[in-house]
Amino acid sequence: MTDPNPPYLYPPYGSTPLRAPSRPLVMPSYGPDAIELVSPVFGHEELGLLDNDLTRQHSGDPIGERIIVTGRVLDSGGRPVPNALVEIWQANAAGRYIHLREQHPAPLDPNFTGAGRCLTDADGRYRFVTVKPGAYPWGNHHNAWRPAHIHFSVFGTAFTQRLVTQMYFPGDPLFAYDPIFQSIPDEKARERLVSRFDIDTTVPDWSLAYQWDIVLGATPTEA
Amino acid sequence: MSTPSQTVGPFFGYALPYADGPYVVPEWHPDSIRIRGRVLDGAGEPLPDALVEIWQADADGNVARGGGALRRAGKDFSGFGRCGTDAAGNFWFSTIKPGGPAPYIAVLVFARGLLKPVATRIYFPGEPGNATDPVLSAVPVDRRDTLVAVQEGERSYRFDVHLRGEQETVFFERYFG
Ligand SMILES: [Fe+3]
Repeated sequence: MTDPNPPYLYPPYGSTPLRAPSRPLVMPSYGPDAIELVSPVFGHEELGLLDNDLTRQHSGDPIGERIIVTGRVLDSGGRPVPNALVEIWQANAAGRYIHLREQHPAPLDPNFTGAGRCLTDADGRYRFVTVKPGAYPWGNHHNAWRPAHIHFSVFGTAFTQRLVTQMYFPGDPLFAYDPIFQSIPDEKARERLVSRFDIDTTVPDWSLAYQWDIVLGATPTEA
Repeated sequence: MSTPSQTVGPFFGYALPYADGPYVVPEWHPDSIRIRGRVLDGAGEPLPDALVEIWQADADGNVARGGGALRRAGKDFSGFGRCGTDAAGNFWFSTIKPGGPAPYIAVLVFARGLLKPVATRIYFPGEPGNATDPVLSAVPVDRRDTLVAVQEGERSYRFDVHLRGEQETVFFERYFG
């Protein structure tokens, strides 16, 4: 199977030329007890009860379109990964991050921090309640806008599977103009980052829903 | 086909770093060591927006299976550490030297401008086992020292990560088919 990941060096994304390694990667000959073949584990007692509901972390409701985002974390053989830590962060509905270095002149939302965590259940499922993030401009090139996205960070069963990525929303007109999305060479691989609208998970009179599965890479022992 | 990686971007600060992140062990732990370093780009400039994660065995070479990194709850060793770099590109960890003939710590670095993380290892200086370690031995001889921490004090080490350039750190493949 060809590597679906973007290369380190992708000049249309202007931050890569000074940060991309230039030497060939070394193929590691991990022994059976290499630490990279196992993953840190996290427990429910380490998370707050409302960590997976980004709409209830303040005294009021955040502005925006409420959405439920669900999906499964799967290994390379399609088997669910239970008890995996999933962390997310995102801009608010206006496309603004609550971050000191953020300069986009869109409004902050006092009721939205935009960060959440959960552990997958026995079937590998995660579930977040949040608001749909807005697109936002960035300084990469003239008139550069990021398609709406939620950042995801996932632990699997091996440290080699550790994944940080971004989930997008179906039909976004900004895909064609976004070098971060386009850095993934294969179109089919790119589509793996686009969630699908999920009518079955919507809650009448309350929330829309999107569904997105995450497939972790093969570990060296599976390869 | 696995889900492709995307950059961590610049705005992870409210989500990924946490108060106990740099503490794999509390500093009062009798065997605690300190590892500090910087993440630098191809022009030698420090990265103010990188995230460094480490993962390691305990002093007996055992893997922590009980959690406790996010909220320690009485456990004194978590095995996992996470530290965002400061404005000058500095990161640090309070940890212990893992067990084994060639002790090492697995490292991942995420940053704006890295479309996927870089993976490396921290080895310790003066360990006889380093010479026969299978992972270190597979690294070209002239680049092996990029994986070995520099001893700064009896219990303190320095490990800089050079993403690119003359002193580029050795990074390992993370895609296995
Ligand atoms: Fe973003």
